Amino acid sequence: MSNFLTFKSVAICAVLLLGVLMALPNIFGSDPAIQVSREDGTDVVSSSIEEIENLLDGAGISMSSIDLRGNAAIVRFQDNESQLAASVVLREALDLHVVALTLAPRTPRWLQSIGFRPMNLGLDLRGGVYFLYQVDLDTAINQYLESFQGTIMQAFRSENLSVTVSRNNTELQFIFTNQDDLFTAENILFRIDPLLQIEGSIIENQPILNVALSNMQITQRQNLALQQNILTLRNRVNELGVAEPIVQRQGLDRILVQLPGVQDPAQAERILGSTATIEFRLVDFENDPFEADRTRRPPLNSILRYDQAGFPELLRREVIVSGNELTDASFMYSQGQPAVSIRLNAQGASRMLDVTQANLNRPMAVLFIEDSPEIVEVDGEQRLVTSREETVINKAVIRGVFSSNFQITGITPFEGQDLALLLRSGSLATPIVKVEERTIGPSLGQDNIDRGRLAIIVGLLTVMMFMVFYYRTFGLVANVALVMNIVLIVAVLSFLQAALTLPGIAGIVLTVGMAVDANVLIFERIREELRNGVTPIASIRGGYEKALSTIADANITTLIAAVVLFTFGTGPVKGFAITLAIGIVTSMFTAIMVTRLIVNYIYESREKINNLSIGI
Amino acid sequence: MKGNIFDFMRYRNIAAIFSIVLILVALTSVISRGLNLGIDFTGGVVVEAGFSEEINLQSLRVLLAEADYANAMVQNFGSPTDVLIRLEPQEEMDGGVIRDAILAVMSEVESSVELRRVEFVGPQVGQDLIEQGSLAMLFALIMIFIYVTFRFRWKFALGAIGALIHDVLILVGLFSILQMNFDLTILAAVLATIGYSLNDTIVVFDRVRENFKALRGEAAYDVINKCISQMITRTMITSGTTLLVLLALFYLGGETVSGFALALIVGIVIGTYSSIFVASSLIIYLQITSLDFAERKREAVDDLP
Repeated sequence: MSNFLTFKSVAICAVLLLGVLMALPNIFGSDPAIQVSREDGTDVVSSSIEEIENLLDGAGISMSSIDLRGNAAIVRFQDNESQLAASVVLREALDLHVVALTLAPRTPRWLQSIGFRPMNLGLDLRGGVYFLYQVDLDTAINQYLESFQGTIMQAFRSENLSVTVSRNNTELQFIFTNQDDLFTAENILFRIDPLLQIEGSIIENQPILNVALSNMQITQRQNLALQQNILTLRNRVNELGVAEPIVQRQGLDRILVQLPGVQDPAQAERILGSTATIEFRLVDFENDPFEADRTRRPPLNSILRYDQAGFPELLRREVIVSGNELTDASFMYSQGQPAVSIRLNAQGASRMLDVTQANLNRPMAVLFIEDSPEIVEVDGEQRLVTSREETVINKAVIRGVFSSNFQITGITPFEGQDLALLLRSGSLATPIVKVEERTIGPSLGQDNIDRGRLAIIVGLLTVMMFMVFYYRTFGLVANVALVMNIVLIVAVLSFLQAALTLPGIAGIVLTVGMAVDANVLIFERIREELRNGVTPIASIRGGYEKALSTIADANITTLIAAVVLFTFGTGPVKGFAITLAIGIVTSMFTAIMVTRLIVNYIYESREKINNLSIGI
Repeated sequence: MKGNIFDFMRYRNIAAIFSIVLILVALTSVISRGLNLGIDFTGGVVVEAGFSEEINLQSLRVLLAEADYANAMVQNFGSPTDVLIRLEPQEEMDGGVIRDAILAVMSEVESSVELRRVEFVGPQVGQDLIEQGSLAMLFALIMIFIYVTFRFRWKFALGAIGALIHDVLILVGLFSILQMNFDLTILAAVLATIGYSLNDTIVVFDRVRENFKALRGEAAYDVINKCISQMITRTMITSGTTLLVLLALFYLGGETVSGFALALIVGIVIGTYSSIFVASSLIIYLQITSLDFAERKREAVDDLP
């Protein structure tokens, strides 16, 4: 007994104290705030902070404080009105900065400094936009195969192999004229990529090589495409100016985007899902585009495209520079015309220099490319199909040599701003399509929090009243455990920084109901022992010991269900499962260990006990 | 050990008939009427908006029909000023387009309409969820079966799983009969019911195991009656307190969680009933005897210090 009071009780108290500390940041609430960070991701400098102060001062908006957090400046306000007004002022005036609305926790500095933060609220509680995108991996694989086709043909030609190529969905088929070439070709292919799956055969005296991507290459490529898309989406989200966004992979081919605080899904969607990019090509001025349009047969080295007015244009097949070779793009007005100013990387710049030098006074075109993926039903199966739209937005004669810096015109201001942003954030490696969208208004979020809190408090109080009524002193002890259980759940959620959602609150409510179960089991056992004439102290011990295996079995089976839910579930199911799982573990701790500690303190320290206050 | 022993198992045949009838009714409804699946599963668009004053739903329906959304379901949500619009999935549906169109219609009715929630779910996401949900349920049942077999005997595992399937079928059947919206949160509630009902069943089984060891030679029928009688106070108190909390959630939690709370309330009532009458009856039908614990005895001795 004395051992129990020394080591174990100290340990239990330490856990409880830690729990209280970790849960503490949640009671301070948060301020409406603005997060100002730099577009390029570097630290916000002190001169910018002065500038912000001056700007807000000038606009007559009062703020409560401004300080640095990470590489961003956080400006706090008394109310939402001044926060909104300030965001308009700052967005207008601050160049090269991203201004985002956020909530800044009022956690005291000493708590922050030990790294304790309040819980993350899910979108259903704080408002915001949620998107789920499906990535068109088939297109990514097709593009990959296409790139191999080019490389392979080049290698074959340089070895003087006479060969024709055709491509179906997943395979390249090379038909040779000479059987001896097969062996050479296989060697070449092995040199290009040993992972390629090669199958040689001779059909009707024709030597044929079928080349397909191996499963490993496909998986690698799919992962790469997903990662590139996630990166691009992150960049775009940052450009949108959203504080604490979440962009992550979900499952095999989906990407989840959460934008807390964003209220306009239309704008976010336009930017996030866009695959818009541009290409620079020389114009084929030697052939007649109208003739090609009529016959539908462009000359061998040209492609047929149309401009915004629908007139045909013939462009050279080779791309001078594509959107991937841009390092920066910004929207501006040039001689009164909306324009996008572009900066190329070294590779692109040197190619642009060569081409402009060699083609002075010849026309060059800017091709605007946009993929629109959509879900269609093929043979009863949902499939993602991407169609590509390419428009010539600008055609101009090269008047001088240029390389890394230039402008493109021929766009509306609206298109220009979006295009600059999209070019800046990089293009999507493969098209994405939105398969799920949820927008929750801020008032609904607050409503959900208030209602959830009220339900928890009322539910908790009625249960507590019942427990005291039925189990007297022991009921009080169980109530302490119950409250500590909630504190611990909040503490663990804060520590894990897992998002608390509405189903999560429901999970907590359910845990409150179930947490008393362990105590009921123990107390009923104690009462049973007492009825059997066992002494009070022995009854307590017997009750706790005998109930233990029951509690463990019952909770472990429920925990299994919670873990399965967490593993297989998404969204709300996951949110529910995580609070339930945490609740099961913490409730076992509080209902068994904490109550035992208190009961021991009350009863076992006394000399002689005649009866227990347990309701009989 | 004394105390009143009530002859619960006398009613096991009546209970069995009752359960079978319930299950048949549930199955019939699920098969013939199906479930009123929410957009989480079917795909579609849901818009929830708050107007400053009560609005005429019929006029909103007419406006939506004019905008080519005649199949839109319009209803009040929680209060007469709040409106919920639901659209079934359509061919070549672009969530963004539909969302913007619905918003335009609503702001025609009142320009200051406040958008509370917009949800668009593509049909393929819903399909995945159904697959994932079924898989999760199946996997949970298998894991539980393994654990209960490991800790108890396979007859207990069968009894527990039987009770779980009983609960799930009746609960899902109820949602089918009432044609209440069955969405992801309801699925979570069904899964939570599995957890809860299991908890209840295990607690009774634990006692059965203990009493079989202590009272060797007694008939299973009597042992189980004794166990249920010993545990009935606990079962009632736990179910009662959980129900108290859920009632609070049902009445105070708002429209969004009321369905969830209701599903759990029903689930706990069924779960409590099934742990007494379904799980326990099943192990009697499976003819459990103290011999089932014969090899267990050695392990039990090992467990002692």
